[in-house]
Amino acid sequence: MKKEDKYSLAKWAIEHALKNGAQQASVSISDSRSSSIEVREQKIDKLEQAIQNNLTIRLFVDNKYSAHSTNRLKQQELARFIEEAIAGTRFLSEDEFRTLPDPELYYKGGGPELNVFDSRIDTIDPQKKIDLAFGVENEVFGKDERLISVTASYYDGMNGRVMVNSNGFEGDTASSYYGLYATVSVKGGDARPEAYWNENAIFFDRLKTEGIGAKALDRALKKFGQKKIASARMTMIVENVSAGRLLSPLIAALNGSAIQQKNSFLIDQLGQQVASEKLTLTDDPFIPGGRASRLFDGEGLASKKMAVFEKGVLKTYYIDTYYGKKLNMAPTTGGTSNLILETGDKNLEQLIASLDRGILVTGFNGGNSNGSTGDFSFGIDGFLIEKGQIVQPVSEMNITGNLKDLWMNLAETGNDFREDSSWRIPSLVFNQVDFSGI
Amino acid sequence: MELNRRNFLKTGSVAVAGSVFLPPLLQSCQNVPISEQMKFFLDHFEVTPQMLQKVIAAAMSKGGDYADLFFEHTTSGNLGLEDGKVNRAFSNIDYGVGIRVLKGDQTGFAYSEEVSLESMLNAAKLAANIADSKNSFSPPVTAEKVPANYYPIARKWEAVSVKDKVPFVQKINDKIFALDEKVIKVNAFMGDSTSYILFYNSEGRLSYDYRPMAHFGALCIMQRGQQIENAYAARSFRKGYEWLTDELVDELAREAVDRTNILFDATKPKAGEMPVVMGAGGSGILLHEAIGHTFEADFNRKGTSIFSDKMGKKVAENFINIIDDGTLENNRGSINIDDEGNEVQKTYLVKDGILNSYIHDRISANYYQVAPTGNGRRESFRNVPIPRMRATYMETGPHTRDDIFAAVEYGVYVDNFTNGQVQIGAGDFTFFVKSGYLIEKGKLTRPIKDINIIGNGPQALADITMAANDYLIDNGTWTCGKDGQSVPVTCGLPTVLVKKLTVGGTNA
Repeated sequence: MKKEDKYSLAKWAIEHALKNGAQQASVSISDSRSSSIEVREQKIDKLEQAIQNNLTIRLFVDNKYSAHSTNRLKQQELARFIEEAIAGTRFLSEDEFRTLPDPELYYKGGGPELNVFDSRIDTIDPQKKIDLAFGVENEVFGKDERLISVTASYYDGMNGRVMVNSNGFEGDTASSYYGLYATVSVKGGDARPEAYWNENAIFFDRLKTEGIGAKALDRALKKFGQKKIASARMTMIVENVSAGRLLSPLIAALNGSAIQQKNSFLIDQLGQQVASEKLTLTDDPFIPGGRASRLFDGEGLASKKMAVFEKGVLKTYYIDTYYGKKLNMAPTTGGTSNLILETGDKNLEQLIASLDRGILVTGFNGGNSNGSTGDFSFGIDGFLIEKGQIVQPVSEMNITGNLKDLWMNLAETGNDFREDSSWRIPSLVFNQVDFSGI
Repeated sequence: MELNRRNFLKTGSVAVAGSVFLPPLLQSCQNVPISEQMKFFLDHFEVTPQMLQKVIAAAMSKGGDYADLFFEHTTSGNLGLEDGKVNRAFSNIDYGVGIRVLKGDQTGFAYSEEVSLESMLNAAKLAANIADSKNSFSPPVTAEKVPANYYPIARKWEAVSVKDKVPFVQKINDKIFALDEKVIKVNAFMGDSTSYILFYNSEGRLSYDYRPMAHFGALCIMQRGQQIENAYAARSFRKGYEWLTDELVDELAREAVDRTNILFDATKPKAGEMPVVMGAGGSGILLHEAIGHTFEADFNRKGTSIFSDKMGKKVAENFINIIDDGTLENNRGSINIDDEGNEVQKTYLVKDGILNSYIHDRISANYYQVAPTGNGRRESFRNVPIPRMRATYMETGPHTRDDIFAAVEYGVYVDNFTNGQVQIGAGDFTFFVKSGYLIEKGKLTRPIKDINIIGNGPQALADITMAANDYLIDNGTWTCGKDGQSVPVTCGLPTVLVKKLTVGGTNA
């Protein structure tokens, strides 16, 4: 669907909603295309192609609120869809806090070029995609007798979106992605350890195509001989690819909805020291080529670079228009863009080398955390480290504690974040973590 | 795009309410005998058997061995309550057809959100590319397959106004506040969805399904002094509007309050390996994670499951029978036909302690040369079917609950969970315990909360040394994730003793 067509349909939908009783409305229309090729045992295992369209309308009717989406975009059907949605909304209770954002806060154009869309997306030769997937498989297929399965995939796609708000916002976004992925299983004894690796890029030319299969195989082989070890309180190094798992419940606790609904362990903590001085985290929407770069957020609010934590002090919550009104706070934005965690000077090898005894966590296996108290317990995958050396892969271990204590015990940050991720988090070192084993 | 290949199970509400859309009725051409019911579904999607045959022929045009068409029209609606008022509603309409072509165990797949002949032929040609030979495909004789009816309902959600659902959501809020003065917030949620499914394949099988689904529940947030805790209660069934009653409201409200209350005095156990008694019901998450996923035949076909060479072997005590069942009446995990048009059955995965069957889709059943088990499921027409669980449970065992507690000197009793996960090859699985109790000298003592438990599938299965006579299915809002696709499931268990699992906790 062309951008102009999306704009005209969105404006028509807004008009139709206003004509039928809504005082305000917001419409967003998106389309996405994707393709993926999965190869296994030197054959194409799966070819998938997809094109999808969606229209979402948010309605503000006599102080009542609802949101509706559909993939049936014919105007005649949409007219009825919107009329029925408005009729249904009238049966809800009033909510004085529901309005569109203050137009003063909208993005009004003139932002920098973010470089998040590759116009080549529709021109990549399908055979080239297949060759890339086989390239990943061929790095390992038949190269190690312990290998029992390798599946490699190539995937790409684009998303285009237009958003129109009835009180004066119009904006559109387009983004693209390319990726290669390998998952490898190896056998030794009864266990069949599995590992994966992937690379992503916004631009086809920047997609890393080598080393993916090899890295997945290497990671799987390293898991051979996993053993249970004794419970202990130890230092933990979390590898960069997994560190986001520990940051996400911290970010969730900053959400306006969690704060207002008393489901956060960081209520009333703005300006307080809630983590160690090693934690400096910035939300930066303007990184050129950043996976989550944006000029405006999901409501149309103009993007701003924000300090989230500065040397462990909490600097901001994530507040959208609705919870801003409920909390009587100024809106910031409803969700994260790119998150940049300030790096230290060691890479992962150096962090390991400087550890006397502890666990290197390379993956998480389930677990959860309690939003209101910050208590957590996660299953982990990883290695025992002694005297600066990896000595043993471990199995069936949990880490358990409280997120505030954990982040207060952040001892060091590495220098090794991955640029292809929207959360640029290096490997992290935490002291005094409770591990449960035998 | 994030590729999520983790296999997990979570409870919690899935977005689902509804604006009703009915396409204009078309007259189906009838050169094959077609029931009134089938004609209704064909008309719903504005297709005829002749159109379906043309699309299948295009899908088979490059030499595929098999092709199928999966039409879906889903309408869903959700209501939410926050700060005392039912003040938000969400609805969604999803419509389209997925076209799949198989060549051996290779898959070509494309879908179309438009169900015009032209759009379907385009998608069919894309999917056909998995094969690459000339082929003269002769269209099969169309044979209607009348599906079972495992979820009879009285009142269709599509015909129920928002007005008639709102009072129940309001009542659960009011009931929870009335039950305990520590309650400071309630988040209540109610959702329903209705799916029309039409299926046709290159073997001529023509079938349909009508799938209702509803969930209802509330999160209760309480404060005692400075301490804030929350827990929720929810149920989900393939039932109609008649399911919503004041009794259900009372039951859920009471459960949400009780589950929150026990958290205030709960602590963490000491970390380490210990006996774990799993309470009847939701503890079925153990089966789902410890063995269910690893029995899915796609993993076994590829040799990547830790159970890949255990078929016919003893994997558990003799009294253990584990079932994956798609036929339980009105159950969240039931389906009248699977998403490959196959009949659904009650499948014994473990019979008398012996590994009896994997969980199959068409590709794996063909690979293992066994009959399909009716486990080929997909999240929607946008996805390919893969082997998935339905309702996974263990039958009653020979012991009593009291016998089991008496056998434990020091351990934990767990009966309330939020989520679990498994690593297929290593077999390590986990589940997160929202609340439970310590067992000391055979008695439940202090409450515990927020701990992860981890074990190894084959070992944990072998370590189930006792099972009680109190088997129960848990009808929570269980949703299973695999290869980025979510499907509704349930699980169940009698009270069992697992000799040892690793319990998260402190080392202080």
